[in-house]
Amino acid sequence: MPSFVCSFPLFMIVGCLLSAAGSMLMRGKAARNLAMAFGAVLFVMDSVLLAWTVKHGAFTYSMGEFPAPWGNELRAGVLECFMLLVFLLVMLCSGMAGYRFLAEDVDESKLPLYASLMHLLTAALCALIFTNDIFTGYVFLEILTLSSCGLLIVREIGRTTLAAVRYMVLNLLGSGLFLLGVVLLYDITGHLLMVPMHEALTEIIADPSMHLSLAFAAGILTIGLAIKSGLFPFHFWMPDAYGWATPTSASVLSSLVSKAYIFLLLKIYLRVFGPEVLSILPLSRILLVLGILGVVLGSVSALRAGNINRMVAFSSAAQIGYIYMSIGIGGTEGYTAALFHILAHAVTKSILFLSTPRLADVSGESLLFRNLQGAGRKDPFSGAFFTAGALSMIGVPLFAGFASKLVIALSAVDTGNLKKIIPVMIALAASSVLNALYFIRTLIRIWHDPDGSDDLYDPAVRLPETVPYTAACALLLAANLFLGLFSWEAVDLIRLGLSMFS
Amino acid sequence: MSIRERLDRYLAGDFEGMAEFLDTQESPDTPREKVKNERKLLTEKLAESRQGQAVISAEKTVFTRLYRVVSVTCCIVLTLVMLYCIAHLPRYGYDNPRADEVVRRYVEDGLAETGAVNIVAGMILDYRAFDTLGESHVLFTALLCVTILLRIDTKNMRREFEDYYTVRRDHYYDTGRDAILRTIGLVVVPCIFVYGIYILLNGQVSPGGGFSGGAVMGAGLIIWSQARGFSHVDRLLTARRLNILTFAALAFYSLSKCYVFFMGANGFPNHIPKGIPGAILSGGLILPLDIAVGLVVTCTMYGFYSLFRRGAVGNA
Repeated sequence: MPSFVCSFPLFMIVGCLLSAAGSMLMRGKAARNLAMAFGAVLFVMDSVLLAWTVKHGAFTYSMGEFPAPWGNELRAGVLECFMLLVFLLVMLCSGMAGYRFLAEDVDESKLPLYASLMHLLTAALCALIFTNDIFTGYVFLEILTLSSCGLLIVREIGRTTLAAVRYMVLNLLGSGLFLLGVVLLYDITGHLLMVPMHEALTEIIADPSMHLSLAFAAGILTIGLAIKSGLFPFHFWMPDAYGWATPTSASVLSSLVSKAYIFLLLKIYLRVFGPEVLSILPLSRILLVLGILGVVLGSVSALRAGNINRMVAFSSAAQIGYIYMSIGIGGTEGYTAALFHILAHAVTKSILFLSTPRLADVSGESLLFRNLQGAGRKDPFSGAFFTAGALSMIGVPLFAGFASKLVIALSAVDTGNLKKIIPVMIALAASSVLNALYFIRTLIRIWHDPDGSDDLYDPAVRLPETVPYTAACALLLAANLFLGLFSWEAVDLIRLGLSMFS
Repeated sequence: MSIRERLDRYLAGDFEGMAEFLDTQESPDTPREKVKNERKLLTEKLAESRQGQAVISAEKTVFTRLYRVVSVTCCIVLTLVMLYCIAHLPRYGYDNPRADEVVRRYVEDGLAETGAVNIVAGMILDYRAFDTLGESHVLFTALLCVTILLRIDTKNMRREFEDYYTVRRDHYYDTGRDAILRTIGLVVVPCIFVYGIYILLNGQVSPGGGFSGGAVMGAGLIIWSQARGFSHVDRLLTARRLNILTFAALAFYSLSKCYVFFMGANGFPNHIPKGIPGAILSGGLILPLDIAVGLVVTCTMYGFYSLFRRGAVGNA
């Protein structure tokens, strides 16, 4: 009989679904308190699960009495638990820090619906991370897509509706392609669970006539998830979607939702395809090229943006490029770098998206650079947090951004293949310079006193609800510094998780 | 201020500037005509302005033409590749031992293991019940999104456009006075409901189940609200009751399946009787789960209709 801790993934997912249905019946404040309390409970459960898996190793959990190839299955290992732990932390902090804006941006009668959507999103994140079944992945991918659309449109201004429609059309296209890929794989192998599917595929690749179907299935599956996560050239929905959403949504969408799709892709690559199948497909080369293009062109677009949120959103496109570039590098080292960058970016981008609206608040509700002059002096806390986030994005040592760039560079060197090392190094250098260009420009803008006059900070003018915001951002910053300073601990944990993975 | 800037401001949520602009134009009083007229005016103004002409001429640039050619070529190539792939898939109906492993057990042992004559119901609600749990929550998520978008509140209902929204009020569309519709509705709706309930309750025995039965019942509710007016349905289904019904159905589904999953995974018997195959009370949990799914689908369908029609569920 498995230990009681093994049932935690099931309880986490079902608990989220239950509280999603329950929040709908509550009032705004009660729904928020439930969401916060439940988020904390999930965090504790996941920590226990992480400790358990580090000690006892990964386990599979069959959903019901029917064993693996017939019934659904969950799987939890060190990697899954560690990723989810960081995701839950970011989610909790985003909810805490963005609540004031939520109360402004969202009609009061719709706050419980927002809480419901957040619960559904959490359930989908947990299920995508823990699933051992490719079709369960598809179902919860749909929940993730729909709930993130809901998080976008909840602001109810013309631009968010427009952005949400574009987001939904592209995401549904991605889902459709993913489903097509799943159907083809099911037809070829006759299985939907990852382990039996992998076993069937290793037999099937011996037959060269199946290679084309297999390549096509893998290709559209990858394209589908690439569209959903915003890999170049599918990144153009990002600035509108992230730039106009309410801060909590922007932070959750950019740092968690797009990463969950990438995690699912990695899971399929490692647990369904495995190195044997991947070696006959040209996927890694294509992803490397698209990743490098995304890194450079995303940064160039960010440089040209006139609005701070759009700039941060375009830099997200570049960061997604980093992750795909690392997947393209391939091998355990490449995947480790990709996973580490997912975490580093999650704890950095959320700080940025949570700080910009407060900087805008003290600049006459404007996100345009020309109005942000001296904003950091008017609200030193958010200025400081934005600065920390920006330094991490540039890749200044101490912060997670530096560590992740280092890990990516080392993983490229580790391949010993000059065709990979040179482009990756050039892309890293170019994008670091570009990052520095647009972030330092912004930092000068928010800290520079326009008239050289006296201090703009007026302690009498207090922004409302500073305490939860500061606490949440401080937590995120602490996580960021932890990933930066003790990066090898995190990398070792990811390596341990990857070794249990396939 | 240029039209383009006005449009941008409008998109950014600034309806006031727009209303001021539209008020200077003469327009008929009836709301429908007014909306139509506003749209026409905007299009005309856009065509007059320089930016508008730029937008129109952009449609004729080389890039746009190239874009169209490339996209059509891509679609054709994709179609051909897909057809080629399908030609190489394992042939349907031929012996394929590896791919049959899962299906064989569903077909051969499904009746004994799930107690459901309808093997599809046994598959989706017993073997792979977790997927269906997710699937019913997809519907719930969609309902939440539509509610957020369409339910009238202080943010999406602006004073300047009040008459636009009154167009959507139910009394404007109230067809309850139509004698033919009322009479036919009276005859047809009970039959639809009985049929829906039949499909719902027989999901484990014959083709049907929660999704299809719920869709039929939802359609029945929609026809009823058309034939007798929303006020009739509102007496039965207020917003609160609809929410509670959805919550109860989803919570029952989640909790009962959580129990089954937990017991199954830990190797305990779950004490749920399978019943006599072929009878209504058979298939273990499949019948109650079908009812829960059916209720969610009914609420979702009627909720969608009501939100699209008048921007509210239950009494507005």
